[in-house]
Amino acid sequence: MDDRTFDAQVLETDGQSRIRMSGDLDSRADEALAAAYREAVDGGATGRAITLDFRAVGYINSTGIAIIVRLLADARRDGRPVRAIGLTPHYREIFRITRLSDFMDIIEGDAA
Amino acid sequence: MTALTRPIRRLIGRAGDTVPAMPIATPTSAEAGPADLAIDIPVSDPLFAYLQAAPGPVDVGKLELTSPALDRLRGAGVVLVVPLVTQGELIGTLNLGPRLSEQDYSTDDRRLLATLAAQAAPAIRVAELVREQAAEAADRERLAQELRVATLIQQQFLPRELPHLPQWQVAAYYGPARAVGGDFYDFIEMSDGRIGIAVGDVTDKGVPAALVMARTHSVLRAEASRLLSPGEILSRANDLLCPEMPARMFVTCLFAILDPATGHIVFANAGHNLPFVRSGDDVTELRATGMPLGLMPGIVYEETEATIAPDSNVLLYSDGLIEAHDPAREMFGFDRLREALRFDDAGSDLLDRLLETLHQFTGPDHEQEDDITMVALRRSAGVAEDAAPGGGSVALTAFSLPGATGNDREAMDRVAAAVADLGLTPDRLERLKTAVSETAMNAIEYGSQGREDVPFDVLVEVDERDVVVRVTDRALSGTVPTDVDTPDIERKLAGEQKPRGWGLFLIEHMVDSMDVSTDDRGQTVTLRLAREEPTDG
Repeated sequence: MDDRTFDAQVLETDGQSRIRMSGDLDSRADEALAAAYREAVDGGATGRAITLDFRAVGYINSTGIAIIVRLLADARRDGRPVRAIGLTPHYREIFRITRLSDFMDIIEGDAA
Repeated sequence: MTALTRPIRRLIGRAGDTVPAMPIATPTSAEAGPADLAIDIPVSDPLFAYLQAAPGPVDVGKLELTSPALDRLRGAGVVLVVPLVTQGELIGTLNLGPRLSEQDYSTDDRRLLATLAAQAAPAIRVAELVREQAAEAADRERLAQELRVATLIQQQFLPRELPHLPQWQVAAYYGPARAVGGDFYDFIEMSDGRIGIAVGDVTDKGVPAALVMARTHSVLRAEASRLLSPGEILSRANDLLCPEMPARMFVTCLFAILDPATGHIVFANAGHNLPFVRSGDDVTELRATGMPLGLMPGIVYEETEATIAPDSNVLLYSDGLIEAHDPAREMFGFDRLREALRFDDAGSDLLDRLLETLHQFTGPDHEQEDDITMVALRRSAGVAEDAAPGGGSVALTAFSLPGATGNDREAMDRVAAAVADLGLTPDRLERLKTAVSETAMNAIEYGSQGREDVPFDVLVEVDERDVVVRVTDRALSGTVPTDVDTPDIERKLAGEQKPRGWGLFLIEHMVDSMDVSTDDRGQTVTLRLAREEPTDG
């Protein structure tokens, strides 16, 4: 079960704020991701991209998608571009179907 | 004196609320015919009270009473009546005709007779009591013997074991009353693979009821071996039983035929209690009417059909359950039974709980008045209603999970494990997983309202073409609206739509088809995904 508990760490590297997530992205991830997002925003200059690192996320459900949608809305308000890395092909497909991918850069592979 | 012993033997052979009187004791009188002259004095006759209070022998000729018994005594030539009184109770009389010397009875005669009566009365009373007790003991023994026989017959015909039905839990209870009624139940394998279930009750008790029960049992079995319609089986059994049914006896019987694969049940009823079905929180009665068996030939029995949904119970039972009384003589009744059924229990657990409920109602000192018979069936969760329509569908797994957050993923993982050997491409497997988790999430959120005590059921089947997943919830919030706005990311980002609302949208994109059906126990979402990528161009 431990690998499913959601966690989000904020790393500041190379002019980017990276939110490294792990575990299941569902309703229980809400607070942790929101907190990480605020930390990332507070820690970096306006205009600086925020990278969501999905490499250690094994499960995203529709509530998780809604959480990402809200994060995108906040990021738009805060003037922060959002990028995503480490999504599996399946979740890239879901981000495409839901058109989340229109509002964030989906980077294939694990590259930062 | 010896002449009196014969009348005493006669006297002690009598009982009842009239006082048996000895015949006239006229030892030498040829025409007396003593054996025929016993005269009963009813308690209601004024003579009774008079004799009970009389201090000694009473001259019949001098009495002035309006009394039919007195008239009969006089008519029989009785001149002296000696009351036999013990502990203030008149238990008989010595009736004497005129003396042979034709003189009146002397004072000495009367004293002698009074002494005799005073000694004889208690002795006769004791003899009477002994005889009554012996008769009672004989009655008891006869009853006990009859009970043993009735019980033996009964046990002979009750099923030795319960049928093993996949996805069903079956339990039965038979509790005989002390006087053994004529209850019975039976499970019969029908020739088409379905299972016949009979529950019946013969009026009357003891050996006669047991014999009729045995006969009914074999008639039903014989007819069920060649007929497949419960109405026809009852109708035919009725025609066979009618000519041989003892007077004032009949049999109530419910005959049901269950298809364990689909939960379809068809039944007919010959005047028996109607079965209850619990589905979710609802307890309903399955209705069908018809005359009891054995009353008149040529009866047609209507048939009723129903489908027992997964996670539902069916209870068939006899009168003894409903008509049990509490110490205040109130009946257990249908309402209490209905209430007691309102829980989701497996077969034998249900019966245990019903019996416990009944026991609490009747109290510890209760003696069961009638046989109690119960047959409970529970269909396990997640069995498809239309499983194997063409025989080509195989159930891979069926499970229930509490309606708690996180069990969307648990459901997804279990389904993934169940289909692991099907060789789905990774892409299709992921699509199925997402569709299942989203469907399960709706079930948790809407069906269970996030309550751990409200489960949802998942059934995974596979046929030649598709993987089929059915998720059934309890629809606590009603059914999930399926006509919601298509989620629009731009409106969501602009705050015009809630961020949520992706579930159904995702499901529809993940699988080939999604169907929603509703019945009285909740909502079932059926997901269908082809096992292989369509090859047509």
